[in-house]
Amino acid sequence: MSGPVFIAGLGIITCIGNNLSTNLQSLDEGKSGIGKMQWLQSIHQGDLPVGEVKCSNAELAAAAGLSPKLPRTALLSALAAQEALLDAGWDKTSVLRTGFISANTVGGMDKTEKFFELFSKDPAAGKLADVVYHECGAVTGLVAAHLGIRHFMSTVSTACSSSANAIFTGDRMIRAGLLDFALVGGADALTRFTLNGFNTLMILDKELCRPFDENRQGLNLGEGGAYLLLASEKGLKQLNKKPYACVSGYANANDAFHQTASSPEGTGSFLAMKGALDKAGKQPSDMDYINLHGTGTLNNDIAEGTAISRLFGPAYPKMSSTKAYTGHTLGASGAVEAVYSVLAIQHGLIFPNLRLLTPMKEFPFRPVTIHLRNQRVQHVMSNSFGFGGNCTSLIFSAT
Amino acid sequence: MKIYIRSTGNISPQNSLNKDLFFSTRLKTLNNYFKCPEPDYASFVDSKMIRRMSRIVKMGIAAAMTCLRDAGIENPSAILTATAYGCLEDSSAFLRRMIEFEEKMLSPTAFIQSTHNTVGAQIALLLKSHSYNNTIVHSSFSFENALTETGLLLQEGLGPVLVGAVDEITDDRHSILSRFGLYRKSGKSEGNIAGEGASFFLMDSEPGNNPQAILKDVQTMYNPENAAVVQQSILDFLQFNGFNMDQMDLILTAHTGNQKLDEADDQLLKTIFQHNPCYPYKSLCGDYPTATGFALWFAALLLKVQKPPSWMEGYKFPMKNILIHNHTGNDHHSFLLISAC
Amino acid sequence: MDNLKEQLKEQIIERLNLKDLKPADIGDDQALFVEGIGLDSIDALELIVLLQQEYNIKLSNAEDGPRVFHSVRTMADYITANNAPAKVST
Repeated sequence: MSGPVFIAGLGIITCIGNNLSTNLQSLDEGKSGIGKMQWLQSIHQGDLPVGEVKCSNAELAAAAGLSPKLPRTALLSALAAQEALLDAGWDKTSVLRTGFISANTVGGMDKTEKFFELFSKDPAAGKLADVVYHECGAVTGLVAAHLGIRHFMSTVSTACSSSANAIFTGDRMIRAGLLDFALVGGADALTRFTLNGFNTLMILDKELCRPFDENRQGLNLGEGGAYLLLASEKGLKQLNKKPYACVSGYANANDAFHQTASSPEGTGSFLAMKGALDKAGKQPSDMDYINLHGTGTLNNDIAEGTAISRLFGPAYPKMSSTKAYTGHTLGASGAVEAVYSVLAIQHGLIFPNLRLLTPMKEFPFRPVTIHLRNQRVQHVMSNSFGFGGNCTSLIFSAT
Repeated sequence: MKIYIRSTGNISPQNSLNKDLFFSTRLKTLNNYFKCPEPDYASFVDSKMIRRMSRIVKMGIAAAMTCLRDAGIENPSAILTATAYGCLEDSSAFLRRMIEFEEKMLSPTAFIQSTHNTVGAQIALLLKSHSYNNTIVHSSFSFENALTETGLLLQEGLGPVLVGAVDEITDDRHSILSRFGLYRKSGKSEGNIAGEGASFFLMDSEPGNNPQAILKDVQTMYNPENAAVVQQSILDFLQFNGFNMDQMDLILTAHTGNQKLDEADDQLLKTIFQHNPCYPYKSLCGDYPTATGFALWFAALLLKVQKPPSWMEGYKFPMKNILIHNHTGNDHHSFLLISAC
Repeated sequence: MDNLKEQLKEQIIERLNLKDLKPADIGDDQALFVEGIGLDSIDALELIVLLQQEYNIKLSNAEDGPRVFHSVRTMADYITANNAPAKVST
């Protein structure tokens, strides 16, 4: 069947907004949502800033029409997914085939942690209801049931590139004629497990993160959910609306260097970016904006920057990391940043890389640090590079 | 386009690394879980890498490397891993320590090895492979979805693809699932037996030197309204591929030993499966979400060797076509169709 | 000091799961990282936790790591210099 594959709907919830319009507003106003922990109960509450969605579980559940006892990841996922479907005008009674391909890394871990507090002392203790949705796939299943999607569902989990992989999987299935619509993206809630896990790696910044800054000290963790409704031509006709953009290229490569660190040359990053360009039939000079993976860690930013130098130099597109706004939303990050990339195309905006004071000395380029408006943004590359060397780059293009 | 299973590698509760032993001796369990006998991993990974690896990662690597060695391939074009539970041992270890030490003085190894993509990542690291790499974690559709992705990648010209399924049973997981009433109680013959395993396959649009079998098709079905819908879907699945029920020389069924869960399987035995030789594969590998990995390995082996294990009496050969059916809780159904080369 | 170095070697082997090694295989001045024993960045983090748990020393600046963890001798020197009560098992 092949393409094009259109982006017909967007939905998102992050620490900078509970929906698409408030996210866009915060991006436009340069308002970061990273700050002191409010809902997650951890001894690190006072010293590790995080990008928490500004809602309790009860508030999220009420908005989603779900039980507040469900894992927070499921609530975030449901809200963002619902918004994308509504935004697209998708009708669940349609005979066209819809798939739900969602990503997460923590599953129901926020509930499992509570369970283990009791279970680890006594194997007969702990509420079983807290672990029913522990598995990543169980969270996807419960959200799919809530949305009324039955035809196809899947869950991807490749650390920080998870939802980027979910996005191209949906694209691939539509092009192969297996689906007419693919609701793709991901969600991850903050948990003590991930917070402490990242803390053991000593890559968390105790201050607000500064991606691509010479004096960066690490990342801030965030949480959120984001989805895109991809549609075939037939699907788009049924929705009868103008698409935001289309998926024009992607590639997945493995760095194969270390379980958590990126190779200094950024091999995986380079291969993913180059592969995406090749698939899109585009040159580096065609890119108007790169939404960087840009976590703010010493390692990622130098590896990613090195790969960018190799591929794009000497003519660099505008680029920025929006993790300075949202923190690193892990399994959701690929999709969160995909939504921001599409907004950049739709509104002709380039978002600034907040808090960048001193550009990295290694590179002749620097990310954008002011708002650029009324730009001609035709092609955007979005990078997601994760643990396990899983690297993915996506390219979105104006239609 | 044909999808050839060029080679396989399997760690399971049976002697699956040694085919002669597998054919001569069937292993059973007196417990309500089935643990895999493990090989000497030193022949697969060097000691510097192996020291951090948990059991499931080692099992996955051993199965993957066996598969690649059998095909004589060092760098597949894609590596796909399916797992429903992920790396349980390391997840539990990190959780327990986090609770015990109240989030202080925690060490990183268990955390970094707990992410679901660890098996796929470690395979890539071992092979120094920059190839496409993905991990699918959708309950008992994980392996089936990975097979669907395999087919799509091969259609795009990417091949050969290394695709596998891994899931482990740990003390914590078994303890928790037991509390859900899932497993066979001591002294009783009724109930599931928990299983585990790592099954890898090298799939390609080219047969290679010594192909094992052909994967014809795979389909998943979520939450069917009733048994009749399941039956019709299976018939439609076969018809779509140009087959009917009579041509199935063997059906590998999803019986677990749990009467309630097996109702759906018993219905099929009474209806559309009634004229076909059937075998319950979970009696060999136990019940776990990616058990169809074991079933596919078993089916491919029978179609290649064309003789039954000594402990599998009354089955006619030659066999040309095998149908695998799986379901979990009657809401996740899947069908796989495999044919001899 | 010799007891401390011996103890450190045992602790390093145990914590980093270096099953093939015995304390006698690790020289006092042998490089622990890259060449020598061949440890990596994750091992460095594990050793930071070892210092905290066993010797009550917090290495809050990861950049000090390469110097402190260069060899068993440099580790022992650092522990002694930081006046932490060396919990040497008798």
